[in-house]
Formats: sequence, structure tokens, C-alpha cells
Amino acid sequence: MSKCKTSPEVGGMGHSVKRKEDARFIRGQGTYVDDVVRPGMVYMDIVRSPYAHAKIKSINTEKALAHPGVAAVITGETLKEYNLHMMPTLMSDTQMVLPIDKVCYQSQEVAAVIGTDRYSVADGIELVEVEYEPLPVVVDPFKATDSDAPIIRDDKEGQESNHIWHWEEGDKAATEEIFNNSDVVVKERIYIPRIHVASIETCGCVSEFDKATGQLTVWMTTQAPHAIRTVLALVAGHVGLQEDKIRVISPDIGGGFGGKVPVYPGYVIAIAASVVTGLPVKWIEDRRENLQADSFARDYHMDCEIAADKDGTLNGLRIKTLADNGYADAAANPSKYPAGMFSICTGSYDFKNAFVEVDGVYTNKPPGGVAYRCSFRVTEAVHAIERMVDMVADEIMMDAAELRMKNFIPKDAFPYHSPTGWEYDSGDYHAALQLAMDNIGYDELLKEQKEKRERGEFMGIGICSFTEVVGAGPSKDFDILGIKMFDSSEIRIHPTGKAIARFGTKSQGQGHETTYAQIIAEELGIPFTDVSVEEGDTDTAPYGLGTYASRSTPTAGAAAAMACRKIKAKAKKIAAHLLETSEEDLEWEVGKFSVKGVPDKAVTIQDIAFAAYTNHPQGLEAGLEATHYYDPPNLTFPFGSYIAVVDIDSGTGEVKVRRFMAVDDCGNIINPMIVEGQIHGGLTQGLAPALYEEISYDDEGNITGGSFMEYLVPTAVETPHWETDKTITPSPHHPIGAKGVGESPTVGAPPAIVNAVVDALSHLGVKHIDIPITPEKVWRAIHKNEVA
Amino acid sequence: MEKKSITININGSPRTGEVEDRLLLVHFIRDDCALTGTHIGCDSTHCGACTVLLDGTAVKSCTVLAVQADGREVATIEGMEGEALHPLQEGFFEEHGLQCGFCTPGMIMSAKHLLDNNPKPSEEEIRCGISGNLCRCTGYQNIVKSVQYASNKLQSSESAGGK
Repeated sequence: MSKCKTSPEVGGMGHSVKRKEDARFIRGQGTYVDDVVRPGMVYMDIVRSPYAHAKIKSINTEKALAHPGVAAVITGETLKEYNLHMMPTLMSDTQMVLPIDKVCYQSQEVAAVIGTDRYSVADGIELVEVEYEPLPVVVDPFKATDSDAPIIRDDKEGQESNHIWHWEEGDKAATEEIFNNSDVVVKERIYIPRIHVASIETCGCVSEFDKATGQLTVWMTTQAPHAIRTVLALVAGHVGLQEDKIRVISPDIGGGFGGKVPVYPGYVIAIAASVVTGLPVKWIEDRRENLQADSFARDYHMDCEIAADKDGTLNGLRIKTLADNGYADAAANPSKYPAGMFSICTGSYDFKNAFVEVDGVYTNKPPGGVAYRCSFRVTEAVHAIERMVDMVADEIMMDAAELRMKNFIPKDAFPYHSPTGWEYDSGDYHAALQLAMDNIGYDELLKEQKEKRERGEFMGIGICSFTEVVGAGPSKDFDILGIKMFDSSEIRIHPTGKAIARFGTKSQGQGHETTYAQIIAEELGIPFTDVSVEEGDTDTAPYGLGTYASRSTPTAGAAAAMACRKIKAKAKKIAAHLLETSEEDLEWEVGKFSVKGVPDKAVTIQDIAFAAYTNHPQGLEAGLEATHYYDPPNLTFPFGSYIAVVDIDSGTGEVKVRRFMAVDDCGNIINPMIVEGQIHGGLTQGLAPALYEEISYDDEGNITGGSFMEYLVPTAVETPHWETDKTITPSPHHPIGAKGVGESPTVGAPPAIVNAVVDALSHLGVKHIDIPITPEKVWRAIHKNEVA
Repeated sequence: MEKKSITININGSPRTGEVEDRLLLVHFIRDDCALTGTHIGCDSTHCGACTVLLDGTAVKSCTVLAVQADGREVATIEGMEGEALHPLQEGFFEEHGLQCGFCTPGMIMSAKHLLDNNPKPSEEEIRCGISGNLCRCTGYQNIVKSVQYASNKLQSSESAGGK
């Protein structure tokens, strides 16, 4: 969209209006969950397992209960009385809320202490005596299915190994045929390690059960309040907590990134504690609990093979993946997609065929995995294909940009049907890569690299041309626990022409209070400052599946546009009545209907709103409002091309990202300032796993990266200055042509950085380095021939 | 546990409390004084969400005991706005220096410490100055611009003041 349809005062699409929500945040007046205080509120803290796999022989709560500040201790036995000790995961697996007889990962919840204040409950958890008997541990997922491996989920009937599921997509035989008839086959095992979203606000809740009314209100850090309420009703309906008695309020959220989608045991225990004690209970994780026990992301071991011809034509792709799910499959994928959107792995390229398979296994690690600012495993898919394309380029000694250009899906081939069953909506991949190359001066960089290499300096250039898949999703394919993945918008226009709009999503920093208002401003001409946006309260907001996987604009944003169009259709009838003409004689321009050919004869949307309550035509309902549940016809496919330039210190192995050019295409843009801000943040969350972040375990299943001492979230010093640009290829099926953007950079940045590092070292024979690319890994790659 | 009586001057108002020795300053600020703009993001002095000024110096209030602040001056985000927004608050708004807003109060207090000691910092000095504060949303770029905005505004208002 090159030109805005609305004035800056109206602030429709394309205007970089300042964010409405910031007024409270810059004053410290946001209301995050730990800011919620209720009369008589008590606190909860959790006893956690020091072992990754152990029998619980006994739990002695006597000393804890003797502490003057402790009111109650809740164990698995307490919950079992109510049949609340187990709960379903979003993937139709089960997981413990609190254990009865064994623990299956380090830091697992073992018991909860309720008391008067934070300090008393911290004392209390030290006084709970738990006797464990350690069991053999399964840490390596490749050994999880060995015949002598202990069965972790012996609680599940018929579970005779640690294998959970097998999933495949594509044509195996046809792909094999392609591999047999190609000149070149390149193979690599790529590991994407466990990482953690580490939002700066941890998870927590305040649970308040009113014994008199049977009403439960939970303030909770959740990205999906409605879905959570339904899950709670499914978990606890049998003890009287029906869905109509549960109100979930998602207050301001201090970052989500996927980590605040699941139902964690702590939430359920806090709810049970509130029911048991009759008091409001606050539970707020500390950072170590957050990193050690909440859902992880990634942990995919991918055996990748790519078949090509000598001239650089990409023919076939085959990936066999082992997914380490930890103790339970607690991912947050749509039901039909146990490996999420991983089959998007053919990426931006026109492959003849592809075959992808994934096996999920249990290990003695925390359950997961959720996304880390991405749409259901698309990051893993993009990492695989973008690394493999570079490996082909290296193998046939072709420039990595040239190879991409040669194999991109051409722009006239959209809608494009991929060999693994996706229908890409729109794209112009050549334009995005060309723009990135022109902006960064690709040819000059190649020259500079050549000169530096001759001087013995290490400089690398890395490209990633990714295709994202966001906006889940069409009800025919997408549901979570059976609930279809539509989303909703309910808009009411007040008599004075102002509006309130409510949504089934929930912002965690995305700026919905501003961008949704801009969509409504665009559609109805009501200034965005006159539109209040509300989300997160299940008592008032229409049902929706929440905010994650870049789905808010593709689903709820579309719902807002559609609801506006319903309002506009009614407004037209009222306008015809006010102008004493027929609807056919009216035309719309931003904010008003006028009589065709007589522009002075017009009524504004505000006039119409007033009339809807004061002078509505006979036979027409009063009022001006609409609700829309938007079921998207397809996903949207944002894309982009990134180029990273790195310098490597051969003495220390340290990688410095000197430049990073990001060209993104997310279709039509609602607020360029917000889009750019999201890209900066997403790129930084791509840099983080590429160079710094990993949650790792020793052979005993002890976590070795479980606090901010070891888990290195990049600061302003490590983070480079990002350079951004855009192309605009609207989605043909989305009502406002938008696609979703918040996660593209997290998906696209890591392979660009890895490709740059490998490029810098390629003359030493380096073909691949797994992330995070630590100085040690680089140093070893440089010096491997020197050290005996 | 034995309690001590303390008085901390927070944003110009004396706040008195009976506290245990072990009570963290951040909990005194948040729970006893109900000033919830100061946030908690970790328990190891890494994230900086709890940054406040103690006698004008930025500290992480999760690693200071309330009793250590007895008789001293504490400044939090709630004290930044006078008759108008502080230039740093304005800068974060104008330059889109925040998204979820959770790190923002601590970030603003660290930046206040920086500008109080170095009114015209370079980009590198700003990045260094806020390196004790983690942000997961913005990638820091617009935070740098926000601090530059405030620096410029403070400079120009000083020169307008006849200096």
C-alpha cells in the first residue's frame, strides 16, 4: 500500500500512529498479574524435584505446617481426592499436576505451600520433607526407544516404549525416485537445541474462589484466556467448576512468545488451593522455575538430505526428525499437526517433491514444546532448508544468492501448491532478495570478503530467504482440543460515534489497542483515538483462540474488518433514510456516505451512529454493532530475505554481527512503526538462539542452563543495529490484505547468521555448525588442525 | 522473626514500615508501598526490571535489602512525571521504545542514571548504560533512540533556560 486512505487524524492503515497503550506503561501503571492484590490474599510457592526421574517414597508436611506463616500444604494426594492430580495437555496427552508416586523431570512440581506472604511460603517449601528413590534417567532422545530404556510414561495404558507418535507428509516413493536421478545429494544432521522464550515477566496467577457463589476468577498470564477457561472447565468441571462459573482475566502481559499458551501445573494447583482454603491465592514463578519447568521450544534433531542437479536446480528434499518432547507432549500445536507446520520445510523453493517425517519421544525433561516466537515449528523447517540450500551452493561452488534466485517459486506461480500440501497465498521472493542485496551492497561485500580472506581475516556473508506460515487457521484443518481456530471481533458504535471493540485475542506487547483501532478507523472512518479496544476478559470478550503464531491480524484483525463491513451495511440503510434516498444512490468515502454526484449531500458515520439510536428507520433494529467470527479460508505466508555480515575473531572465536539487512514482506501494513519495532525484536530473538541461548542437560538429567547466570539473553551490547526494509505483496484472501509479521524475523534470522559464520569458515572445510554458535565451537573449527 | 522499623524516602515521600531484615527493597516498594511500576523479572540481578535509583544511583532493588535503604532516597518510575512527562517517558512514547512495557520502568530508571552522569552519550555509551536491563520485545534499537530523544530534549531545555 503506497498511500494511506485516511488522514493522520483518523489514523487508518499505513499510519505510524503512536501507541495508545503506552500512556500507562511509561508511567509504570500497567497492571501485570503480580500487581493484582485481592482482600485476604495468600501466597503459594512450589516444592520442586531435584531428580530427573525418581520414585517418591514419602512426603512429610509436618514441619512446614508448623511454620506460623504456613496455612496449607497441597500434595498429589490432596488433588487426587478431587481427581485433579492429572490434567490433559493441549496435544491430548496427559501430565501430572502434582505427583503421587514418581517425578519425571528435574524441577517438576512436587508439593505446594500456601501461606501468608512470599517469605513464609519460601520458608515452608524448605520444610517439606520429600524422600526420593532415584530411577534410571532417559536424557538422550536417540536412546529413548532402545529396548533397555526405562519406560517413562508407565502410567499410560498401552505405552510400551518412549515413542509417542510418528507423522509424515509428502510422497516417499516419488521423492526417492528424484534422489536416485539427481546429480548431487547433500546430507547433514542439524540440531536445533532446547531454548526458552524467557519473557521478562514470568508466569503466574491470582486465583479467587468465592464459596458463596461458586464463582472462580483467575487473573492469569495467558495468551489464550478463552481456551484456558475451556480447558479448566474440562479439568475441573466434575468438581463444580463449570465454564459459566469460571472467569479468566488476562491482564497486561510482560511478553509471551508462546510460553504463556499452555496450562501449567502451578495454575491448576493455585486454583485448587483457592478452592481448598477459600482464599485468593497468588502464585508467581521465579526466574529459575520459569526456565527450568515451563514449556521449552525447539529440540529437533533433523537428518536432512537435499537432491540437486549440477546446474543448481533443486529437485528433492527429505528430512527425518526426532522430536524430544520431554515427559509429556505438551506442545501447543493444532490437533492434526503433532509436528506443527514443519512440513513447510520446502521453503521458498520450487521442489519437484519432498518427504518429511517426524517421530516424537518422551525423555526425562520438562514437557513441551511450545513455539519461541514462531508459528508451530516453522523455525525448525526454515533452519533446515536454508542451511541445506547453502550446503548445495557450497557443494557445487555456486553463489548462494544465485542458487536461491534460480530456484525461487516465481511470483506468477501463486497461489502455489507445495509438494507437502500447502497452498502459498502470494509472494515475490526474487524482489525481496534483490532488494536486500542492493541495500547491503552484496557484490562489494563479496569483494571485501575475498580481500580479507587473502589477509587471513574471517568475514562471512549469510543469506536466508524464508517463507513463513501464519494465521492458523481454517477450521477444516485447524483446531486445538477440537475448538476451531477462528477468532473474533465484537464492535459497538456508541450514539456519539465513538466505539468499543472486543477481541478473542490477547496482546502481550503487540500493540493491539492501537492496531485494531486502526483497522476500524480504516473501515469506518472513526478516528482510531475514538475506538477503545478490550481483550483478555472471558466474561466480556467474544470467544477466540488467543494470540500466538502471528495469528492476531490474520484472524481477529480480519474479524474486525468483517464486523466493520456488517456495520457499514447497516449504516448505509440509515444513511439512505437520513438522506431520503435509496441505498443504490449512495457512495462511501472514508467516514461518510454521500449521494452519488452530489458530494455535499452526505452524512458522516458519526451522524449515522447518532441516528441509529435516535432516529432509526422503521423496520430496522436500533443500534449499530456487529460481531464476526472469522474463519480464514487459508493461512497467510509472509516472507523475506535477510543478509547477515559477520566478522570472526580467530583468536577467541567470537562472532560479531557487523551488519544485518532484513527485508520483510507481510502484505499490507497497519502501522509501519509497530511492524518495524516487531522486526527489531524478532531479529534479536533470532540472534539469541543463533549465538547464545540453550537449555542443556547433563547425563543425569540435571539442567545446566537454568538461570540467567547461564542462559544468556542478549543485552543491548550484543545486539547489532538492525537495518530493515520491505516489499509489499498483499494476501489475496485476507480482507485487508495483511499477513502477520511478529515472528518472521525470529524464523529468518538464525539461518542467516549461521550461514554467514559457515561462509566465513568455508575455506577451512567447515560445512555446518549447530546453534548456538559459541566462541568455543568457532575456535575449535578454526584451530582443529592445530590442536592435537 | 524480629522486625525493624525503617523509613525510606520514596519519590519525595517518607514511607515507614516494620520489616524483617531479609525483606527485599523491591518487595517493600511493591507490596508495602503499593508502587507496582517497579517490576520483578529475575532473582539474580540480571534482568534489571526492578531498577530504581538509590541516592541517585541505579540499583537492582531485588538485590538490596529494604533495611539497607533505611534513611535513604529512592526514586521509582512513579516519581518521574512532574507537571509533564519526563523527557525519557516522552522519548519512549515518541520513539516506540517499548512493547509489552514490563522492562520499561527499569529501563527508564537506568537511562535516568546514565543521562544524569553523561548528558550526551554516544550510541555505544547508551547500549553500555542499559546493558544491565534485558528487553525481550524491542531489540533495544528504539530504546537507544528513546534515550537519544531524551538527551536532546534535556540539552535543548537547558540551553533554552539560558545556560
